[in-house]
Amino acid sequence: MSASETTMPKSWRLETKPHKFCPGCGHGLVLKVLGQVVDELDIQERAVFGCDIGCSLLAWDFFNIDSVQTHHGRTTPVITGIVRANPSLIGIAYMGDGGGYAIGSQHLVNAANRNDKIFVLLVNNTNYGMTGGQMAPTTLPGQITETTPYGRDVDETGSPTLGPEMVAAISSETAYVARGTVSNMSKLKKFIKRAMENVVAGRGFSFVEVLATCPTNWRTNARDTWKFLDEDMKKYFKVGEFKTLPTEREE
Amino acid sequence: MKRLAKVVIAGEGGQGVQSIADILAEAGNEEGLEALYIPNFGIEQRGGVSVAFVQIADNLIGSPKFEKGDVVVALSDRAVNRVKCHVGANTIFVYDNSLIEIAELPEKTDDYIEEEGECRPVEKEDQPVSLPDKIGKVIAVPATDIAKKELHPRVFNVIILGAVVEAARIVGEDSIKIAIENNLGKKFDKNPELRELNFRALQKGIDIVKEALVRS
Amino acid sequence: MERAIKEEKRVFMTGNEVVAWGALAAEADIMYGYPITPQNEVMHYWTRLAPKHGRKFLQTEDELSAGFTTIGGVLAGRRAFTATAGPGNILLQEPVSMAEMMRLPMVMAIMQRGGPSTATVIYSQQEVNLTTSGGNGEALRIVYSTATHQELYDYTIKAFNAAWKYRFPTFILGDGYQAKMREPLVMYNPQDKGVEMAASEPFVGKEGKFGEGREPAHLRNAFSMEEELYEVVMEHIQDYNKITPQIVEYVSLGCEEADLVIVAHGIVSRAAVAAQEKLRREGYRVGFFRPITLRPFPVRALRKVCKSTSKFLVVESAFGQLARLVKEALFGLEAEMDEIFMPGLGITSEKIIGHVKKKSELKV
Repeated sequence: MSASETTMPKSWRLETKPHKFCPGCGHGLVLKVLGQVVDELDIQERAVFGCDIGCSLLAWDFFNIDSVQTHHGRTTPVITGIVRANPSLIGIAYMGDGGGYAIGSQHLVNAANRNDKIFVLLVNNTNYGMTGGQMAPTTLPGQITETTPYGRDVDETGSPTLGPEMVAAISSETAYVARGTVSNMSKLKKFIKRAMENVVAGRGFSFVEVLATCPTNWRTNARDTWKFLDEDMKKYFKVGEFKTLPTEREE
Repeated sequence: MKRLAKVVIAGEGGQGVQSIADILAEAGNEEGLEALYIPNFGIEQRGGVSVAFVQIADNLIGSPKFEKGDVVVALSDRAVNRVKCHVGANTIFVYDNSLIEIAELPEKTDDYIEEEGECRPVEKEDQPVSLPDKIGKVIAVPATDIAKKELHPRVFNVIILGAVVEAARIVGEDSIKIAIENNLGKKFDKNPELRELNFRALQKGIDIVKEALVRS
Repeated sequence: MERAIKEEKRVFMTGNEVVAWGALAAEADIMYGYPITPQNEVMHYWTRLAPKHGRKFLQTEDELSAGFTTIGGVLAGRRAFTATAGPGNILLQEPVSMAEMMRLPMVMAIMQRGGPSTATVIYSQQEVNLTTSGGNGEALRIVYSTATHQELYDYTIKAFNAAWKYRFPTFILGDGYQAKMREPLVMYNPQDKGVEMAASEPFVGKEGKFGEGREPAHLRNAFSMEEELYEVVMEHIQDYNKITPQIVEYVSLGCEEADLVIVAHGIVSRAAVAAQEKLRREGYRVGFFRPITLRPFPVRALRKVCKSTSKFLVVESAFGQLARLVKEALFGLEAEMDEIFMPGLGITSEKIIGHVKKKSELKV
């Protein structure tokens, strides 16, 4: 294990650690990788980190990076607006599945389609965590949530949204699109780094969805949490790169 | 005496109603006067009667739309009914009698009646074409026929513009010619004959109204 | 920044074009917008002018996005604005509430259309409630209601300066008539007129290294405790109240010796002034009061008027939206309130004169 994986990223804000996420939550892992990538690319002072409302809001003071809280679903346009006005900044829009795929889906679709030079990082934990565990666009068929107490009925409520697949289908050739998981941190880091490099180079829109854990609302113990992430979620959500530069593409 | 001229022009889409109004208002601006032009726009515009309101005055103009016009112009049957509520006892009403037949034109009346009725036009397809009882003056301008026979069908609306200029008597010929240049100058540069044609059409409209006003 | 208007000149144009030129003269850097009638030509003119002057434009997916990208532009330190109307103004209220909480100087031009719902694309004064108080908070915004193209130009410039000076979201409230009509105005370079241009500065992405005169910004609009929120909101309210006397603008004509004061705002005030002048000439003792800022409302000035006259006639192309503000301002004083409410319909001076004359007690 290298030093960078054991110590805190330089871009982390020490005063706000330990962080406020629930025990076992996937957000901390995603933000750790993001911090490492910011360090490695040396963009801490050029980056602007926008937080959606929901659990992602708790990341608002996570980094020593210029950070701004926005509204639920509106992080993508705020970050788009910043980067359009000042293209020398590196815009990161951080959100959950509800913010990205439900209330803010029009923004995600259109920012992707316009090829806005921003990085959208979306955490998929199959539910609305902050509001108490309601069904999200990504809730699995049959999954029990507060608003699907008898399990998600796909005839009534549709199937889980496949975000990266959708974004890959509508985005430009210079976009970067991937789905990672907190169960494979080295792969996740590779994806996030490539996404960020794509934005730093001003090449195109970058989007990474991360499969993440939510034991609090899943009401799972450690073993079941991991099983849900690695077995159940992976049945629907394929991990890998959906759009990348041909030179970087790997099978 | 403070000067103020209120003009309503109405017709079918493609008749150049808005261009006439725009050029007239621009001429007012060229004279250094206050000038306000407002089209009626919106969903109604598509397939409906096209109406334009113009006011030219010494002082800042009040509301963009108004009840009674000093000059009201109608260029189609529907347009007559659309704007007749703007026709008052002091209004000069101008219409194209080569397009519109108004059965019985009322007598000219001298007594002025203050009217406070609001103009609420109703557009109905089967309405008979009629005018209010009290009108200052009705002037028929066979612009379509004249344009076809003597000039060019395209300058039909410039004949009407000339008629409005003479009826409203608030902008001079020079200003109106500058405003026409501002709007059509590029076309004139390509084809200088057009300038001559437009100015002749303008004069035609002026002359018809001048004569009609002398006769009365 | 290169001056967009080299010298003072009289022009004859539509109100939407005036807003685009006003924004250019106000050194606006970027516009974000979404099509809706009757404001579309603000974007049309801006997109033609902007590239020639090194300014930018982004067409967004809706007015939520137009508002939030405008916020992004402001966060980046740019003079950013948007323009909308009607249903678009409803969506815009969400980003405006964020701007109120975070004191972000976003600028918006509203060209009111008929309401509720899709209604007409033509005209109304029915967006007064929404524009003055549309958010889920205390309505800490500045709203200038213009009446002429000259004012559209002047107040577009003023809106950017007020927003950046006081850090409250600022509206220019026009209407479909103003948007689409043409009339003359004089365009000028504000600096040549001695207008103080409030400086803009970035909230994020500032120059410099952390720890060397720069700290990372952490900007918030969410709070976990009631007390935290209370403190922040009260501070904003105090700031707002403090600057209110500097912002409030109104016109008062002949109110000192009047039996009746006509109250109107925006384009309707033009009909009201014309009516007041004519009635005065005919011997009616009529005054005229027009709030230019609908928020903050000229409460003190109107209460002063009420001390000499207690009869008011509120005239508006809405059903009592201005009247609500007037009544609130006059609360506790003895006042009679008459009305001409014509939602979504233009109001002429003839209409006002006819109404006043019908009131027999107001004889010459």
